[in-house]
Amino acid sequence: MSLELETLPKEQTIYDQVIARGVSRREFLGFCAWIGACIGVQGAGVDQVVKALETKKRIPVIWLHFQECTCCSESFLRSSHPIVADILLDKISLDYTETLMAASGHQAEQALQDTMAKYKGEYLLCIEGSVPLAEDGVYCCIGGKTAKGIAEEVAEHAKAIIAWGNCACSGCVQAAKPNPTQAMPIKKVIAGKPIINVQGCPPIAEVMAGVLVHLLAFDAIPELDNLGRPKAFYSRRVHDTCYRRPNFDAGLFVESFDDENARKGYCLYKVGCKGPTTYNSCGTIRWNGGVSFPIQSGHPCIGCSEENFWDKGPFYERLPNFPGFGVEATADTLGQVALGAAAVGVAAHAVMTNFRKRNEIGEQTGENAEKAETADAAATDDHSI
Amino acid sequence: MNASHDYQRVYVWQQPVRWFHWINALAIITLGVTGWVITHPPALMNSGEAWTSFWFGKVRFVHFTSGYVLLANFLVRIYWSFAGNKYASWRNFLPLTKAQLREVWQVLKVDIMQSSDKAVHALGHNAVAYFTYAATGLLTVFQVVTGFALMAPTSQSWLPRLFTWVTPLFGSEGAVRTYHYAGMWLFVIFTFIHVYLVFYHDYVEGHGVMSSIIGGWKFMEKHKIAAQEATGISGLPTKSRQTGSRPKV
Repeated sequence: MSLELETLPKEQTIYDQVIARGVSRREFLGFCAWIGACIGVQGAGVDQVVKALETKKRIPVIWLHFQECTCCSESFLRSSHPIVADILLDKISLDYTETLMAASGHQAEQALQDTMAKYKGEYLLCIEGSVPLAEDGVYCCIGGKTAKGIAEEVAEHAKAIIAWGNCACSGCVQAAKPNPTQAMPIKKVIAGKPIINVQGCPPIAEVMAGVLVHLLAFDAIPELDNLGRPKAFYSRRVHDTCYRRPNFDAGLFVESFDDENARKGYCLYKVGCKGPTTYNSCGTIRWNGGVSFPIQSGHPCIGCSEENFWDKGPFYERLPNFPGFGVEATADTLGQVALGAAAVGVAAHAVMTNFRKRNEIGEQTGENAEKAETADAAATDDHSI
Repeated sequence: MNASHDYQRVYVWQQPVRWFHWINALAIITLGVTGWVITHPPALMNSGEAWTSFWFGKVRFVHFTSGYVLLANFLVRIYWSFAGNKYASWRNFLPLTKAQLREVWQVLKVDIMQSSDKAVHALGHNAVAYFTYAATGLLTVFQVVTGFALMAPTSQSWLPRLFTWVTPLFGSEGAVRTYHYAGMWLFVIFTFIHVYLVFYHDYVEGHGVMSSIIGGWKFMEKHKIAAQEATGISGLPTKSRQTGSRPKV
C-alpha cells in the first residue's frame, strides 16, 4: 500500500482518485447524495460533501487491530456501495492496517512510524478491538509491543480517534465476566483525545462510512450522544424505528419462536428483544445494503450496540439476570425470595404479638371481667371507655 | 403501671399529609401494576391486527402519567415537611439526636425482638418508622430519576430531559431498566411490611393508628402523651403555633 502511494501524485483528492478509477461523475454525485442522506445532512449539506470530496486532501488513517475478530472491517468491506470499499477503505485512506496492508514485519512497522511522523497531528486513528491490561498487557502484543503501548503512542499525535465496534467502545465479549485479560475499551485507556464511539458488533457499514465522510466533509467531530456515539446514527432506539412496533403498542407478542404469533410477525419483546433499550440504525439503514436486519428475520435484537450486552442476557428472555447474584437470578427471583422472607418474618411476629396481647388484655379496666372488679374497686375515678 | 384510660384526641395528620398518603399509595400501586405488566405482558393468543388495538401503549401511558403524579405529590410532601405541624416536620425523618437514637433502640427491642414490655407510644410515627419513610422517600427519588432517565430519549418535554445524565452512570439503558424494575420489588416488600405493621400497632396499642390516616386524629392516654412529649421527639424544638391540638386544616 505504501508502495502504491509513492506512485500516485501527492495529496490527491478522493474525487481525483475516484475518477482515475473509472467512476463517472454521475456515480460520484450519486454516492455523495446517498452518504449525505445516511449522515443526515440537508440538501445544502450534500453540496458540502461533494465539495469536500472534490477539493480536500484525503485524511491519513491509521487503523489498529487489537482484541477483536475483524468483523468491523468485514462489515465495512461489505458496504453496499462500491465507493466505500474501493475508495475509502482499499485505496485511499489507509496508511497502516494490520489485516489489509501488503507490507508485513519490519516494513509494516516502518509504515506506521512513517505515517505518524509525516502526518503528525493530522492523521485519524481508527481502533478495532479492546486493550487488555492484565499481566502488563501481554495478552495482545504486536511487533513486541503491547496494545496499550501502541494505542498510547499512536494516539498521542492523532487528530481524533474512532473506536470501531463494541470491542473498542465497551469491551464486547472479551470484557464480559470474568474478563480474564482485563479487556478495556479505548475510552478507558486513552484520555485527552476526542473519541467517537461507533457502536455495534459490528457497526453497520453505512454508519462507518458515514462517520468517515462526516469527518472529511465538515472537518469536525459529528455530534455525539452522552455515551460518545454519533447522534446521526445512535439517537433512536431500534424499538422506535422497528416496523413491528405497532404490534408492541397493541400488546401483540410472540410467545415462542414457533407459534402462530411468530408467523404473523408480532413483536419479539417477550422472547428477549433488546430493541427497547438499544440505540442503533438497524431499523432504518438495515444491513447488507438495506436487505434486512435481525428483527425482520424473526430474531430478537441482542443489543450489540450497548455496553456489556453479553452480561445482560439471557438473549431470549425479557428480564435480564440481576448483576451480582450469580448466573440465574433475575430481579423477580430476588424479589420473590425477599418477599417470602418478609412473609415468614411477619407470620412469626404475628404469633408472638398474640402472646403479648393476651398478657396485656386484662390489665385494663373493663377488658377482663374478673380483674375489672378489683380494678374498679381500687380506682373509682377511672374513666373507662 | 398507671392504667388510666383518660384519653385525649390529638390531631396528628393534617389534611395535606393524608392526601399525600393516599395519592402516594394509589400512584405506587398503579405504577407497580402497570410496571409489572410492561415487564411481563400477558399472553394474548388472538388473531388481531396491530391497528385494532393500543392497549399496551395505554398501559405505558398510565405508567408515565402516574410517575408524574408520584413526583408532584412527593414535592408537595417535601414542602409540607417545612410548613406542616410537628408530626410532619422534616426534623423527624433522620434519627440524629440522642433521644431519637434511644427510641430507635427501644422500638427495635419491643417491636422486632419483642424482648421488652416498655412499648413506645409515639403520637406521630416512632423514630424507626420515620427513618423507614425517609428510606422510602429515597427509593421514590431513585425510581423518579431512573424512570425519567428512561423516558428522556423519546420525550420532547423538559422534565425527563433533565435526567439524560443518568444513563451513562449505569453504562446502558438496559441496566437502568433492570434497576428501575428491581426498585418496584422494594416497594412491594415495603408495602407488605408497612400494612402488616399498621395492623400490628392498631392491634396492640389501640391508639387508632389505622383510622388516623383517614381522619387525622389519634387517641392516646393522657399520661402516655405527657411521657412522649417529655422525650422531645416528634416535636423537636416546638414552636408555639405547631402544637399537636392545632385546629383542622
